[in-house]
Amino acid sequence: MSGARPDLPRWADIGLIPLVNVLLAFIVAGLVVVVIGESPLEAVQVMLSGALGSGEGLGYTLYYATNFIFTGLAVAIAFHAGLFNIGGEGQAYIGGLGVGLLLLGLDHSLSWPVLLPLAVIAALLFGAAWAFIPAWLQAYRGSHIVITTIMFNFLASSLMVYLLVNVLNEHGATSPESRNIAEAAQLPFVTDILGGFGIKMAHTPLNLSILIAVLACVFVWIYVWHTPWGYELRTVGQSERAAVYAGVRPRRVILVTLCISGALAGLVGVNEIMGVQHRLLLNFNAGYGFTGIAVALMGRNHPLGVVLAAILFGILTQGGAELSFEMPNIDRNMVTVIQGLVILFSGALAHLSRPWLEALFALLSRRRPSLKEA
Amino acid sequence: MEPELLLRTLAAALRLSTPLILCAMAGLLSERSGIVDIGLEGKMLAAAFAAAAIAAVTGSAWLALLCGIVIATLMALLHGYACITQRGNQVVSGVAINLLASGLTVVLGSYWFQQGGQTPMLTNLGRFRPLELPGVNLLNGVPILGAIYRDLISGYSLIVYIALLAVPATHWLVNRTRFGLRLRAVGEYPQAVDTAGVSVAWLRYRAVLLCGLLTGIAGTYVSIAQNAGFSRDMTAGQGFIALAAMIFGKWRPYPALGACLLFGLLDAVAIRLQGVRIAGIGEVPVQLIQALPYALTVLLLAGFIGKAVAPKASGIPYVKER
Repeated sequence: MSGARPDLPRWADIGLIPLVNVLLAFIVAGLVVVVIGESPLEAVQVMLSGALGSGEGLGYTLYYATNFIFTGLAVAIAFHAGLFNIGGEGQAYIGGLGVGLLLLGLDHSLSWPVLLPLAVIAALLFGAAWAFIPAWLQAYRGSHIVITTIMFNFLASSLMVYLLVNVLNEHGATSPESRNIAEAAQLPFVTDILGGFGIKMAHTPLNLSILIAVLACVFVWIYVWHTPWGYELRTVGQSERAAVYAGVRPRRVILVTLCISGALAGLVGVNEIMGVQHRLLLNFNAGYGFTGIAVALMGRNHPLGVVLAAILFGILTQGGAELSFEMPNIDRNMVTVIQGLVILFSGALAHLSRPWLEALFALLSRRRPSLKEA
Repeated sequence: MEPELLLRTLAAALRLSTPLILCAMAGLLSERSGIVDIGLEGKMLAAAFAAAAIAAVTGSAWLALLCGIVIATLMALLHGYACITQRGNQVVSGVAINLLASGLTVVLGSYWFQQGGQTPMLTNLGRFRPLELPGVNLLNGVPILGAIYRDLISGYSLIVYIALLAVPATHWLVNRTRFGLRLRAVGEYPQAVDTAGVSVAWLRYRAVLLCGLLTGIAGTYVSIAQNAGFSRDMTAGQGFIALAAMIFGKWRPYPALGACLLFGLLDAVAIRLQGVRIAGIGEVPVQLIQALPYALTVLLLAGFIGKAVAPKASGIPYVKER
């Protein structure tokens, strides 16, 4: 959100600074590992081999990445309009509710190829609906989106506990879960699809939703950079007042953008409920909304960056689980620490390294005056 | 409702309100200076962990309180550095602090104590125990007043009284002192303060430090007064409820206190009503009562109950003109 700063070459601004920021985050995370008395390099090795070294690890990594892509895109598209949606958590939860309700209603009459588009629509609608009220309040009543989406995260959580304890749980069962959906309505696992072609792979939760994640990335890329609506969205993000002079109605843009953002977060529900859990349960959204913030910041709000950052956080989540087996001293919540550090260094402290890099580049260009522009 | 039960519910409400009151005052001081703080939760959690860990190791509640305050203040300084010196996004910084606290407390806790992120259960030694105010026995014979004094006024831990004192103290500081005047000014129109030759950054840093101090006390209360040890994510969103209470109180101390007490009462009633059937209504869903603070805050923000206007410069980094 900084203006043009000519002191650094463009490639350094786009490529080097984010890289340095992420590096700083990982150095501090490494220090935490040192405090615990383990070797950070060994830890990285364990994580990488745990996340990428086997078909199973890879499957889990990509399954986590699927969720992170959805919530990362949700945060990223809102950022482009200058809005901060920290309600991804709640929107994902309610998106899952939409998918769950649809499947619980229709799973005995339809099979998954028919249900998939319906489930996607349900997830989009429910996620968007949960973002709609905060969006409307931001656009028309001037209440701050950050506060209202925080409140809506808690409201979503209360609503889900109520529904699963009192309404949707199986009769006679005490656990707050719905019944399992019929097998014909479950999204096929990638393992099973590959198995059909004779490729054997360990069973992992990775399912067809990853294709939806790819489509979502393409959608965001086209919408934000190649449509008039995307142009309006970015204009509002740059300057609401300028947008008004350009004939854009910022209120409508805010409303639409946040609803799209909520809809994208809602897609987590397809992956979790239709793809993996096969029933409605509590806290299937755990933490994905907040990871989305780290993913968006690290991916610089571009779909390609979001995919890369989502895969990185997939590696961290899966590798972190492996790590806690190999090095029992390191709890798997280390991933949360890394997320926090990435958000801190890529977000709040994004300009920490800039003065030093600027000095460095100034030094380099002084040595080679031919490169220095007048 | 029987009077006995009523008194006990009210006392429970005050106990549940205590961390909210401290955090709401903390958030108020920070936001009145122009620094948005959604990291109250994280600071409180980190302090809760530090206090419980120190209490478990040393057995001293006072040392635990000190450490809780130090840790929360350090995190507040980090927030201040990101927001004031680096002019970073204040919400992003708050989110980072919440995640850092949530992760680090468990990572360090399970390494140090090997109990899956919990700290060892504390005996009475390392805790702030309920105090019995003088005169309880004297008044015990007096009808009504005696019971009120015994159950509602006496019998809390020291930190509850500190929290109640923090409200008039905050009011006095913000509204009656030179520092407070400047604090309010810097949250509304920092250029004016700068023009008058007062450092915007130093004012905001002091507000952030006070915020750290209060969240530190709040966290200590949660882990070693309200409970007897730390468990993962034990603050369970109370930092956000405090944020809601602060907004509900429109960034003013006494109304914020009222909101905290209301939210605490809702919580106490929800606990009391768990599984209870009321004639005519049936079982009241506890989740509904627990969701009320959030729903009420949204309604307030929507302008349906009064109007909540945040300090004008809050969330905007101050860039000195050259």
